[in-house]
Amino acid sequence: MSLDLGLPALDRAAPRLMRAEPLLAMRDISKTYGDVRALRHVDAVVYSGEVMGIVGESGSGKSTLLRMMNLEDTPESGDYRLRLPQRDDGNLFDLGRYDRRMLCARHIGIVYQNPHLGLLMRHSSSGNVAERLLIAGERSFDVLRAKAREALDASEFPLSRMDARPIELSGGMQQRVQLAKAIALEPALLLLDEPTTGLDVSVQALVLDTLKRLQRDRKITMVLVSHDLGVIRTMADRVMVMRHGEVVEQGLADQVFQDPQHPYTQQLVHAKL
Amino acid sequence: MSLASLTKPWAATSYGFLDASAKRELRRKMLKAISVPGCQMPYASREVPMARGWGTGGLQVTLTLVNPNSSVKVIDQGADDGVNAASIRRFISRVSGASETWDTLAASIVQSRHRVPEEVMGEDQVLVLQVPNPEPLRGVEPNISVARQMHADADYGKLWLTLYEQIVRKGRIMQGAAYPSMVNGRHVMTPSPIPRWDVPKLNMARHLTFLSAGREKRLFAVPPFTRVEPLVFSDRPYRVEDHADLTCRRSNVSGFFMNELPIDGGGSAFEVSDSNLGIKAIRQAEGAPAEIGKTWYRNGEFSA
Repeated sequence: MSLDLGLPALDRAAPRLMRAEPLLAMRDISKTYGDVRALRHVDAVVYSGEVMGIVGESGSGKSTLLRMMNLEDTPESGDYRLRLPQRDDGNLFDLGRYDRRMLCARHIGIVYQNPHLGLLMRHSSSGNVAERLLIAGERSFDVLRAKAREALDASEFPLSRMDARPIELSGGMQQRVQLAKAIALEPALLLLDEPTTGLDVSVQALVLDTLKRLQRDRKITMVLVSHDLGVIRTMADRVMVMRHGEVVEQGLADQVFQDPQHPYTQQLVHAKL
Repeated sequence: MSLASLTKPWAATSYGFLDASAKRELRRKMLKAISVPGCQMPYASREVPMARGWGTGGLQVTLTLVNPNSSVKVIDQGADDGVNAASIRRFISRVSGASETWDTLAASIVQSRHRVPEEVMGEDQVLVLQVPNPEPLRGVEPNISVARQMHADADYGKLWLTLYEQIVRKGRIMQGAAYPSMVNGRHVMTPSPIPRWDVPKLNMARHLTFLSAGREKRLFAVPPFTRVEPLVFSDRPYRVEDHADLTCRRSNVSGFFMNELPIDGGGSAFEVSDSNLGIKAIRQAEGAPAEIGKTWYRNGEFSA
């Protein structure tokens, strides 16, 4: 399956990554909520094994784009393809609710900014991870337990608390449970929606370290949305800058941060500096 | 040719308390329920001379099925002689002309609250279970619209999760009654609050089972020879109550589901929950004629 979208007019000088076939390709995504145009003809590609950072001000469409990638919403127009082994689902926006749910459960993990969106607060942390495995059809209690333990351990969650309810945990711990839940089935794509917002700096650093290690060890493809340019700079291989629902610039992270082309990107980078 | 000549006299079709249109709707919903085993069908639950929550759902199904040739048995927690069971049985008989019976083998319709009789029911029999809460997802999803979508998608992950949590917290599955069960490999149903002991009796049973909730206005069915499988983890087998070794203090039968009765000075005595089975055993012991049919459990082991 070819996902060549003839894109990268904006994607300057990224030959290292772009030699590969993209894992994710979105084309011409537009979405309106009432009078607000949340996304305007957005194109996006994400390559296997990379971390794509999405930055932009509040209301720029970052989280809406992430929700589209997680098939939680459908745009007015656009095409979305994922290159998955032994699958060809065509445009994922054409899938029904059931197929979307199964595809997301097996191949896409997500960590929300707000853990209440991603976790069942009344169930144990291991149960939250197990739920994902149960949806995928695992029916052995011992296997569920072992896999939940493994995913929590990989997320550097203290195993002595694996049966504690998320509501009893700190924000950083809750994010680790979300992360464990997201990686339990070794997804092809991990979506991170401001995973460190609201955490204090030391906890933020720990969560980022965990993400980096996971990315290094498991080669998980990640899309990271953040307000924080520091986080994006630390994590991302490539960066997409959004404003008013449009992509104004994208490219290799170093290049975008060192030599921003678009005035808005320049403003963002200089404001940070 | 007039309309009068084409229709039967009103009196001849008025048996069964419910009006003809109510019964027609119920029959349609019952047929749909049989067609999609375990799937809840909404229906316009009518007023009957009984309070909601006292078996109005079961009663409406029974009144729709019953005819003057029927033989009706009604049990309440296994007993034929409970006030509610006796009242419902007499009411059904009075409005339909059907005969009353306590004998499972002689009944064409068995309406039951929370038990399945111990004697095996046959192809020509119908079991009607009264259901207080027909929605197995109620505990995990309070929004009915969302719950219906979950049924449509066979999305039972959260239901499995509650079982997982019970093992994590208590070391075993604590669900005592209304054990969620997969019907025909597709829909999860609550088999009404029958004990775990009774759930295997519904699996590949010869008889037709209707489960109806009058207050909730929903009914569902387990057709004959349909798989009913309790949700269990592959390495945590389904267990019924440990009643295999208990003996009834009155009838002396053992290996059946028992009622536990506290006795003076502490401790417990046990009586067989299926009261008619106990009566038959007592009669047999006294030398009186009483036929005990084949039972689902033999010596405490499920064998049917």
